[in-house]
Amino acid sequence: MALKTEELVLNMGPQHPSTHGVLRLLVELDGELVVNVKPIIGYLHRCFEKHCEALSYNQIVPYTDRLDYLASMSNNLSYVMGVEKLMGIQVPERVEYIRVIMAELQRIASHTVALGTYGLDIGAFTPFLFLFRDREKILDIFEATCGARLLYNYIWVGGLSHDIPDEFVPMVKKFIKEFRPTIEEVNELLSFNKIFIERTANIGVLPPDTAINYGITGPSLRGSGIKWDLRKNDPYSIYDRFDFDIPVGEGKVGTVGDSWDRYWVRMLEMEQSLRIIEQAIDNIPDGDVHEMVPKRIKAPKGNVYVRAENPKGELGFFILSDGKNNPFRVKVRPPSFVNLSVLGELSKGYLVADLIAILGSLDIVLGEIDR
Amino acid sequence: MYDLLTNLLGNQIVAYVIAASLPLIFVLTFVLFAVLAERKVSAHMQDRLGPMRVGWHGIIQTLADMLKLLQKEDIVPEGADRPLFNLAPLLTFLGTYAAFAAIPFAGIYVGSSTAIGIYYITAVSGLVVAGLLLAGWASDNKYSLYGAMRTAAQIVSYEIPTAIAILTMVMVSGTLSLMKISDMQTAHFWNWWILGGPETGIVKFLLIPFMIITFLIYYISSLAEVNRTPFDLPEAESELVSGYHTEYSGMKFAFFFLAEYANMFAVSAIAVTLFLGGFHSPIGYLGHSLGIDWLIPVEQFFWFAFKGTALVFVQMWLRWTLPRVRVDQLMVICWKYLIPYAVVNLIIVGIITLL
Repeated sequence: MALKTEELVLNMGPQHPSTHGVLRLLVELDGELVVNVKPIIGYLHRCFEKHCEALSYNQIVPYTDRLDYLASMSNNLSYVMGVEKLMGIQVPERVEYIRVIMAELQRIASHTVALGTYGLDIGAFTPFLFLFRDREKILDIFEATCGARLLYNYIWVGGLSHDIPDEFVPMVKKFIKEFRPTIEEVNELLSFNKIFIERTANIGVLPPDTAINYGITGPSLRGSGIKWDLRKNDPYSIYDRFDFDIPVGEGKVGTVGDSWDRYWVRMLEMEQSLRIIEQAIDNIPDGDVHEMVPKRIKAPKGNVYVRAENPKGELGFFILSDGKNNPFRVKVRPPSFVNLSVLGELSKGYLVADLIAILGSLDIVLGEIDR
Repeated sequence: MYDLLTNLLGNQIVAYVIAASLPLIFVLTFVLFAVLAERKVSAHMQDRLGPMRVGWHGIIQTLADMLKLLQKEDIVPEGADRPLFNLAPLLTFLGTYAAFAAIPFAGIYVGSSTAIGIYYITAVSGLVVAGLLLAGWASDNKYSLYGAMRTAAQIVSYEIPTAIAILTMVMVSGTLSLMKISDMQTAHFWNWWILGGPETGIVKFLLIPFMIITFLIYYISSLAEVNRTPFDLPEAESELVSGYHTEYSGMKFAFFFLAEYANMFAVSAIAVTLFLGGFHSPIGYLGHSLGIDWLIPVEQFFWFAFKGTALVFVQMWLRWTLPRVRVDQLMVICWKYLIPYAVVNLIIVGIITLL
């Protein structure tokens, strides 16, 4: 007589070491094989979009910090660009340079967390701490600049909250010098480790057309071999002035678009960010960091959609103004939310351990998914 | 040791108790320092300091942790199978501790100088699996169940290459007694079995590469048997939270912890005894040259603890360097690589010893 068997439903999260926050995965398992995954989100919902309708344009900035809390600077930048576009403000050169440097430092900081925790998901603890050691240096730079280490509220409509301190330039240069060896160290320790490659190559292969159909953006899209980066394809701020490459997944150790490729693209992007910072750091023009903006911003009637290349992907802000002090509607297009949607399709038929590897390679932040 | 104590005390039961608890003292002290060492080793490998507050450089941190664990509430989950749940940590520790009975710590001390020491150890280590399986089953937790299933599959599979590697050693040495195996490797380090043992001439040189392979096979599979990285799947934190001991708290959790670290030393001790000269000094004894007899056992114990700890250090080193393999890759390593290599190695060593 055949035994009656059924799938085991495993509730992964919301408190689980590898769901990168309070994500809950409803996993149906056949032994160790994943039959179905259903992400359940909303544990971190804070009504950000609704809340914005009751706040003035400047008051929203600190709340954007909390979207992707590992890349607050980039969130600030994206939102502020939207308001500035709506009001037709042109910010000074100095501000643009500092914003780009901050955004790129933030990209490195976000990628160190992504790569470090990815190693942690696979079971390697040490690269995580090596990368965090260097993230600490970026946070020190941010702290010296604006006093905060995680939620900066630094980029304001029409400028910045503070000018950069005198020690800023030497600190950034020192960081660049010290960070390159860390990249090599992590490559030796993790990226080209035989076990790591075995665990991530050919796992969770995301074909380019599926990626586009799901609207995947950022390193996860580029891992599938598609050269799409808003900094190049739809340049904003002053990104068109810098010389940098867009790394894409090439299937170096496995198939194009596997977890290792997504990991590797992030690794290469850090180097490109360093290049941008190097080009920008010596050319910061003098000047004021505050454009003349009234204290109470009244945006003209109309709407605007801006998008920027965040560390996790394309962060879009749709701002609808009815001419009052507060925006009538703010809609966020969070990259992590869109990227997470592909998880179910990606992880079918893999093992539980692979599910963790795939989830980690998508690099999600729950603050942004739930808003 | 038991005979010695019986003569000394004239009472069998007291002698039994003392002979049986001597390894316990060693195991407890070892675990106390090994846990601290693990934290310090990992910390220094990762550019950190590790525990620094409790005592000088955190030296009594483990003691503080133990006190904390003692005070913790002993929670048994509602759906748990209470008797099995309580039995599991005990059984796990028992299986580990029982192995220490046959390990010769020094020329004068082995818990039980049985003639079938290594055979006995291989057998009692099986108890550990039962303990872990019970823990996983009785916890009424899916993560624990997965952890336990993985443990059972892993340990049972890896017992085969371990056993074949041990068999190779039994074959070349011609005895199952760990004491006799140790005594074969006396005098100098070129008498260690990993370097061909006391054999002479061409046989010794032919043996060396295959002995090294045997050692590596034993060491790799022993890593899997004690659930250390890269084979720490049963308690894979990022997947299964903590595997079979997810639901355990307080002293019961401490028992699993104790068993894990004791097991680390046990497998290292077996590796030392079989391959690395056991308790014998690699460079001769100070006691011999000074003519102080009582110094020799002390030196022997030192060398044994030193070599064992060195292997434990390698285990820690690997843990903080390598990622974790996947469950199917784990089985591939065992069944497609280790077991065939071990068998071929066994045959070749057999032919060489016939020369």
